[in-house]
Amino acid sequence: MLRRNIDVFEECKNKALLKFVIMLGELNCVKEMFLLELLEGEKEFILEQVSEILKNNRTERENLVPLLQKVQGVLGYLPEPAIEKIAKTIDIPAVDVFGLATFYNQLRLNPPGKYQIKVCMGTACHMIGGQIILESFERRLDIVEGETTPDRKCSLERVACVGCCAIAPVVVVNEFIEGSLTPTRVDGILLQFDGDDQEEEAGEQEQEQESEGGQDS
Amino acid sequence: MSDKVTITIDDCKITAPEGEKLLWVALDNDIYIPNLCALKEKDRPSASCRLCFVEVKGISDPVTACTLPVTEGLVVKTRSPEVDRLVKTAFELLITDHRLGCKKCPANNSCELQKISKERGLKYKSKRFKPFEKDEPIDESMEQFIFDRSRCVLCGRCVWVDHHVAEVGAIGFSLRGIKRKVTTFGDYDLADSPCTECGECVKVCPVGALSFNE
Ligand code: SF4
Ligand code: FES
Repeated sequence: MLRRNIDVFEECKNKALLKFVIMLGELNCVKEMFLLELLEGEKEFILEQVSEILKNNRTERENLVPLLQKVQGVLGYLPEPAIEKIAKTIDIPAVDVFGLATFYNQLRLNPPGKYQIKVCMGTACHMIGGQIILESFERRLDIVEGETTPDRKCSLERVACVGCCAIAPVVVVNEFIEGSLTPTRVDGILLQFDGDDQEEEAGEQEQEQESEGGQDS
Repeated sequence: MSDKVTITIDDCKITAPEGEKLLWVALDNDIYIPNLCALKEKDRPSASCRLCFVEVKGISDPVTACTLPVTEGLVVKTRSPEVDRLVKTAFELLITDHRLGCKKCPANNSCELQKISKERGLKYKSKRFKPFEKDEPIDESMEQFIFDRSRCVLCGRCVWVDHHVAEVGAIGFSLRGIKRKVTTFGDYDLADSPCTECGECVKVCPVGALSFNE
């Protein structure tokens, strides 16, 4: 982007355009709420599912929250095209639906990752330094709570008490509980993901080889 | 509703149309009551800024003037120790996350916060609350006006006129708690929203958050 900016910069000696280029540079650092790009064909799939839900339910404003919950139930999150479509059907500004979706903790704008990391922020975890754990995750994954890494591997969120305050601070990874966390353990957990992934890959390859071997004989 | 009623505000007798909200009656008669979130055209006040408290005879707790319709014989006092305490706290809380620097602010001298501070003798520096500076980039994507969220007091006036006067639906509130802010859909720049640059929202902003480019 920077290179392109410089190119444009050289092309235009015009002052107004110059301002535009500077603005472009600033736009880049704005953090966006809809972080992830949709995969190929995903948009069509989303719209199909949302139309289905809209067809089978009352589309009045009072019913907006249940509608959003249903969409999230099917898709796992509320992608941009889904929100736009719902707003259009109910005939209210899209920004109102967006406001609602960002207000409630249950509703999420980013897809759940392969590893869903939930950092506990209940009273005990909060007191003993849950914030530090959350920040460690944020720094290592380069996302903030409520977001998903661009490869959709990890998603990070904060939850209220998960019920095992004795081993605070606690984090829940895909239903698996880790207690007495420290920032070093955070690194360990993330490393473990890589290990798990490699194992999985190896397992898959083995299976493939086996099935190929099976065909040969 | 065209019946006239007589009420007393701070020992002044005032006649006003019945059912009109006390806040507007007072303001029309040059009696100042602090307010941020009220708009006269709005039927249901949001009463969210909590600055317009007054004492009403016969009601034990202070009442928000923007929600109180006037009735015959109403006796109102705009100041009392209780009212002052409530307004002071509300004002201090607003100021702690409002970016100061009035000299550089486009709303300098026309700002509601400055007015409240002057009228009620409230300071910009709070002893009780730590300042919480919002770190929001300024939206300069529009030609006619800019949007500086760190000066926004979340009064909601712009959102209401956007929805009900301009009927555009470009801005709204999003997020919750300390992160709450006025955004477009997806928190994109105003230029990427349905905004038509009608400027209605800029006219109602009580502080320097939305301001016209000179
Ligand atoms: S931008 Fe201005 S009018 Fe809109 S909510 Fe903020 S302070 Fe109120
Ligand atoms: S003007 Fe009454 S609460 Fe804001």
